Amino acid sequence: MSEQLPFEKPIIELRNKISELKTFTREKDIDLSDEIKKLEVRLEQLEEDIYGNMTAWDRVQLARHSKRPTTLDYIEHLFTNFMELHGDRFYGDDAAIVGGIAKFEGEPVTVIGHQRGKGTKDNLKRNFGMPHPEGFRKALRLMKQAEKFNRPVICFIDTKGAYPGKSAEERGQSEAIAKNLIEMAGLRVPIVCIVIGEGGSGGALALGVGDRICMLENSTYSVISPEGAAALLWKDAGQAKRAAETMKITAPDLKELELIDEMIPEIRGGAHRNLEAQSGYIRQTLKSALLELNKIDRNDLVEKRYEKFNKIGEFDDENGLIAKE
Amino acid sequence: MRLLWGETVIRDLFTKKKKYATIPSEQAKQEVPEGLMTKCPQCKSIIYFKELKKTLLVCDHCEYHHRLSSTERIEMTLDEGSFQEFDKNMVAKDPLNFPDYKEKSALDRKNTGLNEAVVTGSGTISGMEVIIGVMDPRFRMGSMGSVVGEKMCRAIKIAADERKPFIMFAASGGARMQEGVFSLMQMAKTSTALNLLHEKGILFISIMTHPTTGGVSASFASLGDINLAEPKALIGFAGRRIIEQTIRQKLPDDFQTSEFLLDHGQLDQVVPRKNMKSTLTNILEIHQTS
Repeated sequence: MSEQLPFEKPIIELRNKISELKTFTREKDIDLSDEIKKLEVRLEQLEEDIYGNMTAWDRVQLARHSKRPTTLDYIEHLFTNFMELHGDRFYGDDAAIVGGIAKFEGEPVTVIGHQRGKGTKDNLKRNFGMPHPEGFRKALRLMKQAEKFNRPVICFIDTKGAYPGKSAEERGQSEAIAKNLIEMAGLRVPIVCIVIGEGGSGGALALGVGDRICMLENSTYSVISPEGAAALLWKDAGQAKRAAETMKITAPDLKELELIDEMIPEIRGGAHRNLEAQSGYIRQTLKSALLELNKIDRNDLVEKRYEKFNKIGEFDDENGLIAKE
Repeated sequence: MRLLWGETVIRDLFTKKKKYATIPSEQAKQEVPEGLMTKCPQCKSIIYFKELKKTLLVCDHCEYHHRLSSTERIEMTLDEGSFQEFDKNMVAKDPLNFPDYKEKSALDRKNTGLNEAVVTGSGTISGMEVIIGVMDPRFRMGSMGSVVGEKMCRAIKIAADERKPFIMFAASGGARMQEGVFSLMQMAKTSTALNLLHEKGILFISIMTHPTTGGVSASFASLGDINLAEPKALIGFAGRRIIEQTIRQKLPDDFQTSEFLLDHGQLDQVVPRKNMKSTLTNILEIHQTS
């Protein structure tokens, strides 16, 4: 994938034009500064217009951007003393999930996240960020360890989904995900989850049962990929764009539906444009979330988590058809 | 006497365009005369429906387990007359305004006489009190949306408060796409509720029946203290076609069957339908307190 996305095309074109004029000014010694100034104002407006009115599909593409910062990028910028811990102690070490111990603002934490690869080789090693059961089991092992030492857990979510493969099924993909859901429900330390890219279905949720669920502005969270939904709905994966709108998978949509707690604003044009500044936004959210959660008694934490998830759902309690019986 | 659900599906294959026209309404089902014959989808033997009913809808020749409606399952599992249904009138909303969702749900309600894909309630098994949930694959393929999640969680809460074992028969294609992330979160919601039972030391028996896949297999259905399955049920996370496309290999025929899961250490036992009640009775007896 190239660095520029289709919806950004007008911006890129205008930017190129400005730099052409600048070169021209320099080389031919003709003063075009008025013209350049005008175009720069237009660029500013255009950027505001395009980045301020992104469609769901635009966000999907940003969420999948090859340059988009990954879990390890954020770990580097947000934490100190990070030490990666490997393996699930049952079968192997799944590089599609990374985790370890670190300090955040001077306090010990456990940090875990899906890890997409950078480049082909890394992507093969990390299975494109799609975990096998041993990845989820490693995550769970680290969470239980965090509970033992009473430190908060921070989860970064960024996966197309759990790996749909033969060996994954043989080793109990379903059980591994399900186990994480129930164990996270009962974990007696604060859990903060942040969707940083794609939150694909059960494989995302397996790191997602937290006290706070946050999403970066251009990340997505969904029960099925837009392509998958389009194939099922309209028998045409090409209608993914339409499905992305229908399925309500973007951070702004999910915030409006009150399915997430917080949307973390993104750098204009996407997190990859300024990792340092983006990490700053995430730091603020993490800091205030942990400050609040650390005040809560550990047993109440589990009770509150139960209440939080127990109220998710839209239903009508009494208008069933067989009320007459 | 009722028409078999399995049979109507077979028939659907040949009348694709008029898919819904061939499914008999609840009323029509009641009018089907006695002595109707049915064909086993597996071994193709012709069986009197009356005979089939005697063997709990399991084919006498090849042991094929026909799919059951929630009503049939409850009849076979609980002591006669003991079932008290919970939240009978809860119906789905359409939080995403999803194309055709309202219409399809309404049609399923009409065709099945059910309000949703799960029936929950209390009852007794060999005299022992239980809280039970039974999914019905006829309603939106048994998919889990907000109503399935909410009804289950209420039932689980009652089991926790009254300290009664919880038994769940799963039969589901997974999370219900039409409710988007609301459906996905039902996986977390039901699992979080099951943690109540876990913390209070209350028994949960999960029985996976055909099919138990996707988000249901990857949440409550895999979380039993004891996980059982009916023979030859399809159980798995990802669909066979998706896996075959991903790994570019043909999968063995028995892939993702109950027996395959048992072989790979994912189940406690595969229990034929005729032994289900006695198996549950035994488990419940061993877990009786005081």
